[in-house]
Formats: sequence, C-alpha cells, structure tokens
Amino acid sequence: MIIQHPAVCGTLESSDVMITVSPGDGEICIDLDSTVDMYYHDQIIKVMKELLALEGISSAKIKAVDHGALDCTIKARLKTALVRSSKEV
Amino acid sequence: MRRTMMFLPGNNPNMIINGGILGADSIILDLEDAVAPDQKDAARELVKNALESVDFGGCEVIVRINALDTPYWEDDLEAVIPLKPDMIMPTKVSGAEYCKTLSAKMDEIEERCGIPVGKTKLIPLLETAIGIENAFTIATSTPRMEALYLGAEDLTADLRCKRTKEGNEILYARGRLVTAARAAGIEAYDTPFTDVEDLEGLARDAAFVKGLGYTGKAVISPRHVETVNRIFSPTIAEIEHAKAVFHAIEEAKAQGKGAISLNGKMVDAPIVMRARLVLENAKAMGMEVEEI
Repeated sequence: MIIQHPAVCGTLESSDVMITVSPGDGEICIDLDSTVDMYYHDQIIKVMKELLALEGISSAKIKAVDHGALDCTIKARLKTALVRSSKEV
Repeated sequence: MRRTMMFLPGNNPNMIINGGILGADSIILDLEDAVAPDQKDAARELVKNALESVDFGGCEVIVRINALDTPYWEDDLEAVIPLKPDMIMPTKVSGAEYCKTLSAKMDEIEERCGIPVGKTKLIPLLETAIGIENAFTIATSTPRMEALYLGAEDLTADLRCKRTKEGNEILYARGRLVTAARAAGIEAYDTPFTDVEDLEGLARDAAFVKGLGYTGKAVISPRHVETVNRIFSPTIAEIEHAKAVFHAIEEAKAQGKGAISLNGKMVDAPIVMRARLVLENAKAMGMEVEEI
C-alpha cells in the first residue's frame, strides 16, 4: 500500500479516534493526542505500528486524536484512513 | 430465544462495544441506513474489527448489509462472513431470486474460508410491497432462512401511506408476513416502534404483534429492550398452565385415559404445542422447568 495523499477516518466522539494519514519523509512519525495518554500511550502507538508493519508501510505521518478508543477501533480507523490515502483522487 | 433485536449504527464504536450489555437477545450491527454513503468503508472496517475482538456477552450477532442494487453488498459480505456472525440481514428483499443471488455469494465466501456452507443464516428485511407479496417464496428460497423481519418505515413509503402509531396501514403486511413465515417453519419479527419516549405505546404495539404470532420485535433504543423482552416472555400464569397441561397428560396416561381434560376443557394437539413452546421459552430464559 502506498500513501499518495492525506486522508482521514474516525470522529471526535467518545470511544473513537480520528486518524489523519499523510505521505511521510522516509520514516513513521506518529503524533498522538489522547484523553487516556497517561495510561495507554504505549499501547496505542504499538497497535498503530503493528498495523503499519502488517501493511508494509515504512513512511507515513500519522496524527491521532483519541477519545478512549479500544484497540479494535484504532485498527479499523487507521486501516480505513490508509486505504483512503492510497486511492487515486 | 430471540425476543429483542437491537439496531446499533455500524460506524459508532461507543454503541458497538457496549452492544452486549444492553439486555437485547440479539444485536444488529447496521451497515445500511445508519451509515452515510461516504462512511460505508469506515463502518465495514469497524464492524469487521469488532466482530474479531469484542465480547458481545452471548448476544446473537446479526449484520445488516446494503441492498443488492448498491455497490456495497459484496464488500459487506466479504468483510463479515469470515468472522462468523450468526446471521446476515439483507435489505429491501423483493423475491426468491434476490435471496438465491445472495446465498450463492455467501456459499462462495464460506467455502473459501473453511466455514461449513450454509452456516451463516439469513433474516431478510421485507420492506417493500413486492417483498410482502412474495413473503412465502422468500421464506422458502434457501435453507439459510431463519426468520422474516418486517420493516414498516420503507414499506409505508412504498405503499404511499402515512406511518401511524396505531399501525392500521401495516395490518395486512403484518398478517401476511407472519403467516408466510409460519408456513415456511421459520420465525417472524416485527418492525421497531419508533417513538423512543412512548413506553406505553410500545407495550401496546408489542402485545398486539405477539397476539398475531410474532416471535419478537426489533428495537432502536436501549430504553425499549426491557418492555419488549417482558411482553415476549411467557408469564408466570402461562408457565403454570403449561406445566398443568403436561401433568394432566401424565395423569391421563397413568389412568389409561384416551381423552384428556384440564379445568373442564379438552387438551388437544394445539394446546399441547402451545404449552410446549411456553416451557421451551421459559427454559431458554433460565427458568427451572422439568423436562417435557
């Protein structure tokens, strides 16, 4: 999968995360803003990095605004944003 | 036992992750009307991930997919069938061919994923005039059929009439659907009551369709679950009567009697069948019922 342009998925509602994906500069750069950052920062980053690796992505800028999303929601929102960003506009 | 089926919007993680604790017997993860066209991909991915990892606490899980005249239905099936939901709810089902097309696609996905072909059941949503008229052929179109479900909002638009709380405009459709379902040996489920605040109206509506022979009712709000569950559960009096029917049968057998009576009334086959259903439902609700 190749990230071609910025794309977003998710909402700012409770239990959701809004993820924006953009083309990177040769590395993975994640900017996380979470209401549960103190407790789950590392876990959220881990879930996102695992999915990026699974999709074979080594260069991307990710902005995530999290309101307590579970792992399954983080994975779903990131996957959809990645697919949207890889499609021709 | 399936008394309540609760709709949950497929793109709302907060509602989906709490789906198993709201008291409904079944939850319907909705990829159709509750999802905007530009969010179909997001909802499909969210429902897929939820099916993979959310514990719905023993709730039956149904996925409502988009209609066959949209570009979404095949992607919906490809995403969810491998994760083994209990049932698929196809929408705007018009006839047997519709169900056969859908079932053939489900066969293909199940076979590819190593799932026994036919395992995923169907509960088609009949919400058009042609769907209601074809209810029996739909109900018998594939062995996947588990139940028919009436959708009154789209139906009344198709009939060009106003949807009312009294529901006179859908009386024919309600009768036709439950008769078709019972003739095919499957269950029948009623349309939701859409006034979230009117619990008395809901109770009247649910009791009315229970009286027509419906098995249960869909709900669109957690507030409606308790009322619908109560209406569609056997009462203590019904359970006691059902037990008495079987005791009367045992007693008559012991005495070598052919004809059986209870409280001066003849116990015939339909009474025994109804008593059996009451006790089966009571047992499914976790009540202690002696073996019948």
